[in-house]
Amino acid sequence: MLNLAVILFALGLIGLLTRRNLIFTLMSVEVMLNAAGLAFVAGSYQWGKPDGQVMFLFILAMAAAEVSVGLALLLQFHRREPTLDSDTASEMKG
Amino acid sequence: MLIAFYIAAAVAVLATVVAITRRHAVHALLYLIISLLAVAVVFYVIGAPFLAALELIIYAGAIMVLFLFVVMMLNVGDHAMEVETTWLKPGVWAWPSGLATILFGELIFVTLHVTPTPGALHVVTPKEIGIALFGPYAIAVELASLLLMSGLVGAYHLGRRVSREEERISAGTDAARAEPGGDPVRAGSDRTSHAA
Repeated sequence: MLNLAVILFALGLIGLLTRRNLIFTLMSVEVMLNAAGLAFVAGSYQWGKPDGQVMFLFILAMAAAEVSVGLALLLQFHRREPTLDSDTASEMKG
Repeated sequence: MLIAFYIAAAVAVLATVVAITRRHAVHALLYLIISLLAVAVVFYVIGAPFLAALELIIYAGAIMVLFLFVVMMLNVGDHAMEVETTWLKPGVWAWPSGLATILFGELIFVTLHVTPTPGALHVVTPKEIGIALFGPYAIAVELASLLLMSGLVGAYHLGRRVSREEERISAGTDAARAEPGGDPVRAGSDRTSHAA
């Protein structure tokens, strides 16, 4: 179970490092957060306590906030530059 | 139950692999939803039915719909597929995959040394989660609400349409900035403009 979380985390990391499209970058972050939550739930299963699941709830709330801010940033970015290339962001000024 | 876990785990891994390699954003989103559904099945199997439902409602429901809305608002056409093809050469995957594989090996090594002794399956009911949530974790609930509030305000601020007056001001400063010839800030910006 922990191994599944590790595999998913590694896949999310590969996606995050490889993709240049900002949408895919955010999706990879989601995969990684989900894997971290799975690790917490695995701990909850291990000890039969609800604490890990409570932590997953907080991760869920954090992921929702993160993705809403991230997507709003992406929209704003796309309004300025007609591309989704993350390299273009290094040429912003001001 | 163990078989269900392994099948769901395999589906989750496969769907995630496909999701991060797709060129089309909507296809990738659909595969990601499959991956989240499989993770929800895993939650159900290991005794967290409440979280399985939440995973479906919030992750596969709300967050993915948010992604879908943004993909639709950006309105990337067929042109984007060609751009992705030029960005996503097979060689690009080599280094990130290598680094992630090293990390993966280390994490697997660490988890193998933790000798798991899974007891009997204890299904954690929503009631137990609620008692824990509003008992010892009450402060964390308040902090999460604060985080969500700041996320809401931030998303609203970033996502609003620029008013006409602000647009005029920013256009004016842009024109003033672009005026001096050979602007050093812009040097090299043609490097990526062909991809646009």
